[in-house]
Amino acid sequence: MDASMLSQQILNGITLGATYALIALGYTMVYGIIQLINFAHGEIYMVGAFVGVLMVTVFQQGLLFSLAAAMLACMVMGVTIERIAYRPLRRSTRLAPLISAIGVSIFLQTLMTKIKGPQPVAFPQVINDALYKIGPVEISKVQILILIVASLLMATLHFIVKYVKIGKAMRAASEDYDTAALMGINVNRVISFTFAIGSALAAAGGVLVGLYFNSVSPFMGVSAGLKAFCAAVLGGIGSIPGAMLGGIFLGVAETLGIAGGFDMYKDAIAFTLLIIVLLFRPTGLLGRPIQRKV
Amino acid sequence: MLKVEDVHVYYGAIHAIKGISLEVPQGQIVTLIGANGAGKTSALNTICGLIKPKSGRIFFEGKDITGVPTQEIVKLGLTQVPEGRRIFANMPIYENLELGAFLNKNKKEVAQDMEKVYTRFPRLRERKNQLAGSLSGGEQQMLAMGRALMSKPRLLLLDEPSMGLSPILVKEIFSIIKELNEQGTTILLVEQNAKMSLSIAHKGYVVETGRIVLAGDAKELLESPEVKKAYLGG
Repeated sequence: MDASMLSQQILNGITLGATYALIALGYTMVYGIIQLINFAHGEIYMVGAFVGVLMVTVFQQGLLFSLAAAMLACMVMGVTIERIAYRPLRRSTRLAPLISAIGVSIFLQTLMTKIKGPQPVAFPQVINDALYKIGPVEISKVQILILIVASLLMATLHFIVKYVKIGKAMRAASEDYDTAALMGINVNRVISFTFAIGSALAAAGGVLVGLYFNSVSPFMGVSAGLKAFCAAVLGGIGSIPGAMLGGIFLGVAETLGIAGGFDMYKDAIAFTLLIIVLLFRPTGLLGRPIQRKV
Repeated sequence: MLKVEDVHVYYGAIHAIKGISLEVPQGQIVTLIGANGAGKTSALNTICGLIKPKSGRIFFEGKDITGVPTQEIVKLGLTQVPEGRRIFANMPIYENLELGAFLNKNKKEVAQDMEKVYTRFPRLRERKNQLAGSLSGGEQQMLAMGRALMSKPRLLLLDEPSMGLSPILVKEIFSIIKELNEQGTTILLVEQNAKMSLSIAHKGYVVETGRIVLAGDAKELLESPEVKKAYLGG
């Protein structure tokens, strides 16, 4: 592999990784607050992609409008899922909401298969894709779009979490649920907000990936969801910068692995990496050591 | 100001609080003393709405707050400094204080209140940009109290503020509690350090295995043979 090929693969990897990161953020934020692995998160990403297709084809909307509509629709869906499937189980064992999440995941997959059929659907090419040459690498319009949208969304998220009141409440609730309530924070509202943001990011990821690979299917959330979950754990579950880093790291590793001739093992790369990282850093790249209160 | 009437709390099948009734009159310090596991913390958490009682009523300033969500109770002017401080360790000190004033939308007032907290606890001002987790135990207790004061409570619940602190710091914390009370905050203080808390309190309750076994004037309790024998080392 020469230098130009290498840099091209890294660029492709970052693009793919940015989409993983968008999904991984939802896993990590939800886990940070309610210690739940939201196994239905991959399906939210899938539904987001389908809403994007619907907007572009049936409603003849432009890409940005479709993206916004998909994000909004998934926000509502994410909040509703939490209300119906997770909140009633809040004070039960940790396994109960996890199983409920798997149920929601199967439900959404089956529902989408019933509506659209099990075959992948092509994502209409709403933008005239073109290739630009920058030095040794080529970058497509779609790639540029993915990188810009993902960076904007992540920067916005960072701003909200760091400086906006609800973001501070999120951090407080993720550190200590009861004490956050003693500050006068409505923890239920914070949880709803977390699901809304996480689902919107996943929906954006879904539309962008649909556009990138020109294909949307009811099962696309399974492997993307698992990989994004790996990315979140890799970066340190509960850590927002960790999810971003983990996503990019995984995307680059996967692309380089394929370019290096391991294309048969494409999907194994993420999990192998996860095992290796966890062996040496059990809390992930940016995870905090687990503190136990006595 | 606060009235608790025959409250029962269960954790699953365990009957943790077996009918506690108590009263905190405005302007006083009332203390709840008792051994580990007696149900003192459960009682405070029930008052704050963190635990739902099985039966019984809780009134704050005449308003029934039984089963009201914690954040609504805080809005009414009642908050707690929890056991073990429970500061937000991964956030800087100033953010901990800001969170204490979460319900106050008046930014100017929040800044003033923060200034007051810094004046009361100068150590916090020196370290306001440091992560709260880097503070010593005594400083963390001060931060937890400062954070609670940011919500301008009229009734402050304190859960074992002396836990794990050196005797000098315990004295300092207790003199701050007294000072807060003199400035108008009513206080319900839970303590294992019976001597210290009875010496600053007006009224005291002795809790044993989920029940109140003794109640009365703090001075009288300090002199009572039962309390002396059980909690003050004879």
